[in-house]
Amino acid sequence: MTETPILKLEHLGVTFPNHPVFTDLNLTINQGEFWSIVGKNGVGKTTLMRTILHQLRPTHGRVSYWPNAGDVRIGYVPQFRNIDADYPLTIRDFVGLNLTGWKWPWLSRKEKSAVQQILGETGLEKIANRPIGQASGGERQKAYLAQALVEAPNLLILDESTASLDPVTKTELLDLVQELNTKLQLTVLFVTHDIPMARKYSSQYLMLMPEGTEQGQIAGLTQQKVWEGENV
Amino acid sequence: MFSYEFMRNAFAAGTIIAIICGIMGVFVIARNMSFLTHTLSEIGFSGAAFGVFAGWAPLNGMLLFTVVSSVIVGQLSARSERREAATSAISALFIGLGILFLSLANKNASYATSILFGSVIGISAGDVQQMLWLSLLVLLVIFVIYRFLKFDSFDHTGARVKGLWTNALSITFLVLLALSVSVAAQIVGSLLIFILLTLPAATAKYFAHTVGGMMVLAIALALVGVWAGLTLSYVTNYPVSFFIAAIEAIFYFIALGWQKLQTAE
Repeated sequence: MTETPILKLEHLGVTFPNHPVFTDLNLTINQGEFWSIVGKNGVGKTTLMRTILHQLRPTHGRVSYWPNAGDVRIGYVPQFRNIDADYPLTIRDFVGLNLTGWKWPWLSRKEKSAVQQILGETGLEKIANRPIGQASGGERQKAYLAQALVEAPNLLILDESTASLDPVTKTELLDLVQELNTKLQLTVLFVTHDIPMARKYSSQYLMLMPEGTEQGQIAGLTQQKVWEGENV
Repeated sequence: MFSYEFMRNAFAAGTIIAIICGIMGVFVIARNMSFLTHTLSEIGFSGAAFGVFAGWAPLNGMLLFTVVSSVIVGQLSARSERREAATSAISALFIGLGILFLSLANKNASYATSILFGSVIGISAGDVQQMLWLSLLVLLVIFVIYRFLKFDSFDHTGARVKGLWTNALSITFLVLLALSVSVAAQIVGSLLIFILLTLPAATAKYFAHTVGGMMVLAIALALVGVWAGLTLSYVTNYPVSFFIAAIEAIFYFIALGWQKLQTAE
């Protein structure tokens, strides 16, 4: 596979008042790679994701998308969404929310078929008209994933999105992401505490630690390192 | 009933109000802004009282106060954990100011009552026209920002991640809400305006599961409430706001009961 960079972090550092979260982080992520981002709670995984999403301004260094910022479309799936049992929208409507822009209020035929296609790919077709408030945890996560995918991103960030799922649903969801990763060359950043899952699905890892960062091929994320990293 | 001009005006105004409240209400409910809507209606009372004191039309005073304060409220309550406390403080301040302005304006209690509880008799053809223009402005803005507003209202996390200008959207929505409150207060009064801005949409969400579907149902429920309220008020001579409040509340309780039955099955 030719390596085409999609995201570059150069000498990246974020410091909150009197508290450096991480410093001098250099990382190049190529198209089609599947990275796991691991580390103990509080080492800055979410801060790093927010910096990549340009929601936080880095204190040092920079985040750049390649070849141009406009060429990278990011899909983001968080662990939690503010959706209670009374939430009224159907899964289909929820997925379609991501189709924004200065357009007519109603979805075009092309947009409707994009929603339909992604519902099919994520296995949500049969329950597409069910209010998402009445869906199970796994179905909701799939709907969040489908919403992130409906705009055909080329970089997908799973921010502990599988943390609250049972092992079967977790595997189902990650199998699906892996399939898209292979089929569409979708680049994936998988933020997780689940080392076996990280080893099963990703090709590279980035470990954030209070004393610095470490990165490499996923085979290098040994159990030994996990022990050293304590409860990563 | 329609042989009286004031009743024709009241029905025209009521129809405009029901449409605007049905549409705005869906976003009010999705954004959990019922309490803030209540506060804006109190600010509307204060603005109307100020209008009377300054010798303006009450609607213009309402517009000034609600629009300016909606921006301030939006800034103060950007952090959700202090939203309720900040809103309560502002609400208290504006009710106090409303009472002060009414007292300074030397108007009698019946005038205050008509601002607070609405009046069908006082609506002129000119008022209807002004309400129509304001409502069209609100609808036009919603039409233009619809997809962004829908995303931010129904999935704030997703909208923020996408990099939508959620703060600007929030303030724009508050200004639209302020305009809607001022328009709708003409009939149901500033104290009860939140009924039409919250209850029909809160009811609709139990029966419709698309944004468009909720809007259509909320408009229909608001229309039934306003038309039936006006008719019953004409026949019985009791206040229109009582009937509208009672009808909308009954719809809402029926929806809650229906939802309970659904989940029990």
